[in-house]
Amino acid sequence: MKKNIIVAATGIFFVLLFIVAAILYNNQQDNALSSASLENNEHVQRDHSVIMGPLDAKVTIVEFFDPACGTCSAFYPLVKKLMKDNPGKVNLVLRYLPLHQNSDVIVSILDAARLQDRFAQTLARAYQTRNAWIEHHVASPEKFWAQLSGLGLDMQQLNEDMQGPEIARRIKLDILDAQQLNVSKTPGFFVNGKPLVQFGYQQLQDLVESEIAAHY
Amino acid sequence: MTQNKIKTAERPGWGLIFSCWLIAMAALFGSLFLSEVMGLQPCVLCWWQRIFIYPLAVLFLVGMFPQGAKEDRSVVRYTLPLAVIGWGFAVYHALVYSGVIPQALQPCSEELSCADINLQLMGFVTIPMLSIFAYSAIIILLLIYRKRSFQ
Repeated sequence: MKKNIIVAATGIFFVLLFIVAAILYNNQQDNALSSASLENNEHVQRDHSVIMGPLDAKVTIVEFFDPACGTCSAFYPLVKKLMKDNPGKVNLVLRYLPLHQNSDVIVSILDAARLQDRFAQTLARAYQTRNAWIEHHVASPEKFWAQLSGLGLDMQQLNEDMQGPEIARRIKLDILDAQQLNVSKTPGFFVNGKPLVQFGYQQLQDLVESEIAAHY
Repeated sequence: MTQNKIKTAERPGWGLIFSCWLIAMAALFGSLFLSEVMGLQPCVLCWWQRIFIYPLAVLFLVGMFPQGAKEDRSVVRYTLPLAVIGWGFAVYHALVYSGVIPQALQPCSEELSCADINLQLMGFVTIPMLSIFAYSAIIILLLIYRKRSFQ
């Protein structure tokens, strides 16, 4: 056989092997994710979590998010749109998965803002001003703090609350649940307990619509 | 046929370079599988080892197809230095991994420690071990090639 044919065939072999191995691995991971969420259904949702949208909606999106995560920020309006397009049918449970350095402090600020009924506004502000308080993937709580003016927050109260044991407990529980559910990246979505295995907006929309069709 | 035979006789080392290329390709796709498919983030030392193995996959390929009829024997000249430097990083990484070099001396950022063992195949084969194996095999094959081309 000619050398160039041997080399070309070997090169193609490597590429094909890589693709096949990647597909097999991803399938295996998808199955692991699905079975983890079926076995650990109680980990998907907790009573302490933030709920947005109608409480009696029959379709619940659970999102594990990190305020410092760019994709979470980009997905947030899309998830909101899903809720708006299906009025009264979809609500959103937000759970904390602070993967970036110092992001856990930002999350505790968000949870403390919730005690003052300013969670949604504070989260929106966090996403809007991401560039101002994240540097090289490290969150700066001080810089984020400086972005909080005009939200009507009692800053002194906020500072006191964010250090409380209850908030720390919630964040810890959310992180543990994410581990149980094999959620290692943000945003991690579940719709009525079913994981979004193939990540993407279209996939999320399809999953939500299939749940709406099943429950309404 | 005879012409072909003479050609092969002229090129004792082609198979060696081809083997080197196979190893470099396996390392390239293997490392990409670990990071891009399995999602294991490469630490700083892993990146240094990648820097020296990725170009080898290209250089061996070029070296297998010389411009003229004569074999490109200088392939050793431009690939062996990369392989030796990469081997050095691989050994250093293995020493950090096994704890011989203390944590404080190693140049990795805190959130992604090079001393964390992410993967063990069959219970004992670690990623730096695979890297050392790949670099060592390439170096040995290149040395054999060099010896042959001087004969």
